[in-house]
Amino acid sequence: MSGAAYWLPLFFAAAMGLAMLMYVILDGFDLGIGMLLPWVDEPTKDLMIAAIGPFWDANETWIVLGVGILLMAFPAAHGLVLTTLYIPVTLMLLGLVLRGIAFDFRVKAGDKHRARWNRAFFFGSLLAAVCQGWMLGEFITGFRGGVTGLAFSLLIALCLPALYIMLGSGWLLIKTDGELFRRPLLWARAAFLPMGAGLLLISIATPLVSPAIADKWFSLPNFFYLAVVPLLTAILFFRLWQVLFRRAETLKDKPRQVYVSLVGICVLATVGLGYSLFPDIVIGQLGLWEAAADAKSLMFAFWGTVCVVPAIFAYTFLIYRIFAGKATQLTYE
Amino acid sequence: MIDALLLSRLQFAANISFHILFPTISIGLCWVLLYFRTRFTLSRDRRWEYAYYFWVKIFALTFAIGVVSGITMSFQFGTNWPGFMQRAGNIAGPLLGYEVLTAFFLEASFLGIMLFGKQRVSNRIHLIASALVAIGTTLSAFWILSLNSWMQTPAGFVERDGVLYVADWWAVIFNPSFPYRFAHMLTASLLTTAFLITGVSAWRMRKGVDGPATWDVFKTGLAMAAILAPLQILLGDAHGLNTLEHQPAKIAAIEGVWHTERGAALTLFGIPDESAGRMRLAITVPRVASLILTHDLDGEIKGLNEFPDAHPPVAMVFWSFRVMVGIGTLMLAVSWWMSWQVWLRRKKPDQRMLTVASAMTFSGWVAVLAGWYVTEIGRQPWIVSGVLPIREVVANHSGTAMLSTLLLYLAMYVFILIAYIQALRYLASKPAGSLSLDAANMQQAAP
Ligand code: HDD
Ligand code: HEM
Ligand code: HEM
Repeated sequence: MSGAAYWLPLFFAAAMGLAMLMYVILDGFDLGIGMLLPWVDEPTKDLMIAAIGPFWDANETWIVLGVGILLMAFPAAHGLVLTTLYIPVTLMLLGLVLRGIAFDFRVKAGDKHRARWNRAFFFGSLLAAVCQGWMLGEFITGFRGGVTGLAFSLLIALCLPALYIMLGSGWLLIKTDGELFRRPLLWARAAFLPMGAGLLLISIATPLVSPAIADKWFSLPNFFYLAVVPLLTAILFFRLWQVLFRRAETLKDKPRQVYVSLVGICVLATVGLGYSLFPDIVIGQLGLWEAAADAKSLMFAFWGTVCVVPAIFAYTFLIYRIFAGKATQLTYE
Repeated sequence: MIDALLLSRLQFAANISFHILFPTISIGLCWVLLYFRTRFTLSRDRRWEYAYYFWVKIFALTFAIGVVSGITMSFQFGTNWPGFMQRAGNIAGPLLGYEVLTAFFLEASFLGIMLFGKQRVSNRIHLIASALVAIGTTLSAFWILSLNSWMQTPAGFVERDGVLYVADWWAVIFNPSFPYRFAHMLTASLLTTAFLITGVSAWRMRKGVDGPATWDVFKTGLAMAAILAPLQILLGDAHGLNTLEHQPAKIAAIEGVWHTERGAALTLFGIPDESAGRMRLAITVPRVASLILTHDLDGEIKGLNEFPDAHPPVAMVFWSFRVMVGIGTLMLAVSWWMSWQVWLRRKKPDQRMLTVASAMTFSGWVAVLAGWYVTEIGRQPWIVSGVLPIREVVANHSGTAMLSTLLLYLAMYVFILIAYIQALRYLASKPAGSLSLDAANMQQAAP
């Protein structure tokens, strides 16, 4: 394979991984907060939503970028993956639609409809999160279906929302104080176990699904280099546990600890998953290069990506800076 | 069981029809908002600020619906037309990719500052953010219309073993129908917005809940409409000539010309009878179709008989076209009549004028949908004109799955549309004083 035709698909696979990672750590906290909404009173709801107000739209755009790259660089995989995942994708989209519009309608449609839109916000976030878990489950098992495949997907469908709830709680710890400082702690504690279980399950399942993956992880000497990933993950988990259950008082001064540890865990999980997948894009079915678009198209897309993605990072950073600090009630004025 | 291809098409059509309603308004409205903001910054006249705050709420709502329904669209190519991505992915992929990269992030990110950042950034940065959102929405339209136009009038590619490869990106992006479609669509957005803001302002004046800026907004919308309505007709005419050149089958369906003829008559009204191959109850004007399309009373127009197996269904295209042109003509008449009253006769708007204006509030939506139906149904049976037939690219989902998801989408869309219009009414009927800006100081604020 000639130069460009070899490395361009690699580049786009990495870019897609990055976009998906960004999606999980950013929109994850929006969806998590959406799922937590029913448990607080009205003014607190407003404040929680204020903590995501200026960000959610851009956060959601990362999934559009992820799917956009899939479509741009791996059109064959785009067709295969989305056709196979037709039902969860559709349900997820309905969830995202509901969540996105509820955000605006709950303050604009008049007070008598408010409770209904709050419920829509909750339900949409939950539906989207569950479906994303379901999709992840199916993707990791290489779409093999069957009873075990389905059972596994359903398990992940429950665990991913737990991760989002933790991210949401971690975000609230950073953006709010007072009562909204204590509650997230309890929420995060409650979600800690399901989330850990989910991650563990995924790590166990992937090698079982495909002998090729097991080989990659467990052959020597790879095993020792790769051990770094689970090891670091374990350390981060331990730290998280410490912060949540043992040293919660340190959160007052360093509220970022929870969120940052979670980001670390997500990064490691993505790296691990990427390594497992490589060189396939759909495990056991479709290779990276097989699915890739023509090199000429990829080159055109490449220049756009390298010019624009740094700019996107720059203004994402800018926006988080402008809206840094504790959240206040949202107003257009 | 209903045909999966038909269901796939219906589903795609339902989703895109719903989506387009909202970008149409946001593309136009964000430029109008930028205008209000700039007027305020230059004159310090708080009425413009007031106008801005009123309409930015509606903008935020519209934009949010546009975004979430757009996300649905970006999955639809894969879920419904996997064959399209496999065979034309080399072209469609990068065009959609560039839309995400250059437009979506721009608008979605700076929207946060535009909506909620007023207190946190300087006036200049806020203006710049608003301008970037406006540019973002327009860029969005640029890329997606480039792709759509390429599907109508494909250029700059080669085909090898059934897969399309790019030969020349410039030719792909600026394909023959693109400039016309882009100009016509942008003007459509601005026109839709113009009638929306005029209509809502008129409604508020009728209900007596108008604020200090309502009349200014009304006049802004009216001026836009009066200028753009004739422009849109010219652009539409040019677009039609372009279509005649590249997609004669579509024009034959639009005009209801069954057999190739010289000096073809313009059918104003009629009921196409496809099986008999003729128009029933037709009201025609001799030779005018030839005049409009070839600028010659004896010009030849190709009829549907020249495209025996590859012409679109006539009735939908024929009717949609008349709806669009009808509304375009109505827009011209209404906007000029009102302008004459307001500016030449210097009349305060009377009840009749306000009623007409508010009746036209959503006329743009109807025209836009009708126009798109002409375009898209007129492309049938192809997904890429003359290159890829639609039936070769459809996903083979079960009819049941397609039908149930279609019903789910439809239920959701009806629900959102009702909620949207209700929310507009609710926002519009709030008395002006309830805005937190101090109404007493409205006239002139210190800079
Ligand atoms: C406010 C909206 C609006 C109004 C008033 C008009 N149009 Fe339009 N028209 C559109 C909104 C639109 C559109 C939705 O934007 C379309 C669909 C695709 C496109 O590019 O523009 C369109 C398509 C479209 C096409 C199809 C081109 C093709 O598919 O190849 C033609 C021939 C015209 N228009 C012509 C006209 C004429 C002669 C009008 C004069 C009254 C007119 N339009 C008014
Ligand atoms: C500019 C972006 C657009 C793209 C890329 C696009 C693409 C497509 C595709 C891929 C199909 C399915 C294939 C087919 O049936 O031919 C389709 C069909 C259709 N689209 Fe579009 N579309 C766009 C805009 C719109 C808009 C804005 C509307 C309406 C408001 C619309 C209305 C329809 C309808 C009604 C069909 C079904 C036609 C039929 O199957 O008979 N499209 N379009
Ligand atoms: C098949 C065709 C289409 C696809 C796949 C598509 C995709 C999308 C997506 C994913 C978004 C959300 C972006 C975000 O996250 O911020 C979006 C929004 C938007 N789209 Fe579309 N779209 C299509 C058709 C169109 C058409 C025909 C137009 C206009 C001519 C258009 C103009 C816009 C604009 C201006 C926005 C910004 C949001 C808004 O203004 O409401 N799109 N679209």
